[in-house]
Amino acid sequence: MIMGLVTPTSGLVTVLGAQMPNERYRVLHRMNFESPYVDMPMRLTVRQNLSVFAQLYAVPDVTGRIANLAAELDLTEVLDRPTGKLSSGQKTRVSLAKALLNRPEVLLLDEPTASLDPDTADWVRARLQQYCAEQGATVLLASHNMMEVERLCERVIIMKKGRIEDDDTPHRLLSRYGRETLEDVFLDVARGRGHREAVQ
Amino acid sequence: MSVSDTGMNFSVNRVVAMVRRYWYLLRSSWPRILDLIYWPAVQMLMWGFLQMYISQNAGFFARAGGVFIGAVLLWDILFRGQLGFSISFLEEMYARNLGNLMMSPLRPVEFIAALMIMSIVRLLIGMIPVSLLAIAFFGFNLWSMGFALAAFFVNLILTSWAIGIFVAGLLLRNGLGAESMAWTIMFLFLPLTCVYYPVAVLPDWLQYVAWSLPPTYVFEGMRALLIDHVFRADLMLEALVFNVTLFAIASVAFLKLLASARQQGLAPARRRLRPLMI
Repeated sequence: MIMGLVTPTSGLVTVLGAQMPNERYRVLHRMNFESPYVDMPMRLTVRQNLSVFAQLYAVPDVTGRIANLAAELDLTEVLDRPTGKLSSGQKTRVSLAKALLNRPEVLLLDEPTASLDPDTADWVRARLQQYCAEQGATVLLASHNMMEVERLCERVIIMKKGRIEDDDTPHRLLSRYGRETLEDVFLDVARGRGHREAVQ
Repeated sequence: MSVSDTGMNFSVNRVVAMVRRYWYLLRSSWPRILDLIYWPAVQMLMWGFLQMYISQNAGFFARAGGVFIGAVLLWDILFRGQLGFSISFLEEMYARNLGNLMMSPLRPVEFIAALMIMSIVRLLIGMIPVSLLAIAFFGFNLWSMGFALAAFFVNLILTSWAIGIFVAGLLLRNGLGAESMAWTIMFLFLPLTCVYYPVAVLPDWLQYVAWSLPPTYVFEGMRALLIDHVFRADLMLEALVFNVTLFAIASVAFLKLLASARQQGLAPARRRLRPLMI
């Protein structure tokens, strides 16, 4: 709904002042997303894929932008390799490069470190933090990795069966549930223990 | 559906980006290129030799030089035009790339424009060598039809795009469950549009159906040209009117299917993007 793929049955979704999905084309060029569940065309090289998406997002100086991103995300050596031949960590970095091509003000991330080894996952999280700090971008992260949520998020919305169960800062959630980690808070919510019960 | 779906702020740049994407794919895979030429060549040779055999044994066919070969080549424009459009769309589903595209600034109308261009590119890659083979094997020169060929081509490609647009809507709405439609839907047109025989052969009631399909006018026009040596401009104009109507119906159907898909999440993305649909 946030990117206009689904029409809400009720209520409003507004992103950067545009009502979604009807006004999505006013703002889609200021947004981007990354998900390990959506691939880039495998037979195209990394450079070809990035240049196609750069053109779709009307990115100025495509060659320079790709070179910069490749250097930042350690992709320079694989730029001319078919995307399908890359390791899962490299593919994630390519998806991230695609997501950052247009310097989005709103970045949607769906499990950005799923199936990555801990070292690469940590590296990706650091890059995301750096991007947010430099660009002042808003990141909406969907993740079951609560350690990642704790590290990257300023506000956490916990959902269960499609409904919002809780919505607060990580610090206040920990305090209200009387827990040490968001993982424990998540388990309390998932197992139906409300925060008052958990505190008791 | 929103106003921007129908083409406001159309960007040629984004269309070019998509054409580049398909061109990169095509040139990276020789089996894909071979496939564009292989089947049309086999079809043309089979019908060409059949025509040679019949023309040696029947006076009418001896006079109607090239009718079968002409028919099979024009049929391939219709069939391959739609297939080229639909396969480019299916490539996005196979590559699981549709989510990236649907969440980019690419508008549906730009996506469709890119698919139309690619259907012509794929068609030309297949048809040019095959038309040259037809000259070499049977002395049948498709290009000698000149302006008539242009009229036939425009009408056939418009029909193929209209069907391709409708199939793309079905795929968005129903996912790969509707894939077989992309490969088979055009075969419904094979008997009804009278590719290899005149409309008069059909039962009376079925002739009404045949005349409501634009390709029928093209194949009748081709027979008039090759047998009677007359170019029937009236048939081409009638085909164009039916094509404009068919194209409009297909476009409306596509937008309705797209809007319907958005009610429940676009089928190709539904399974993969559930976490983002909050």
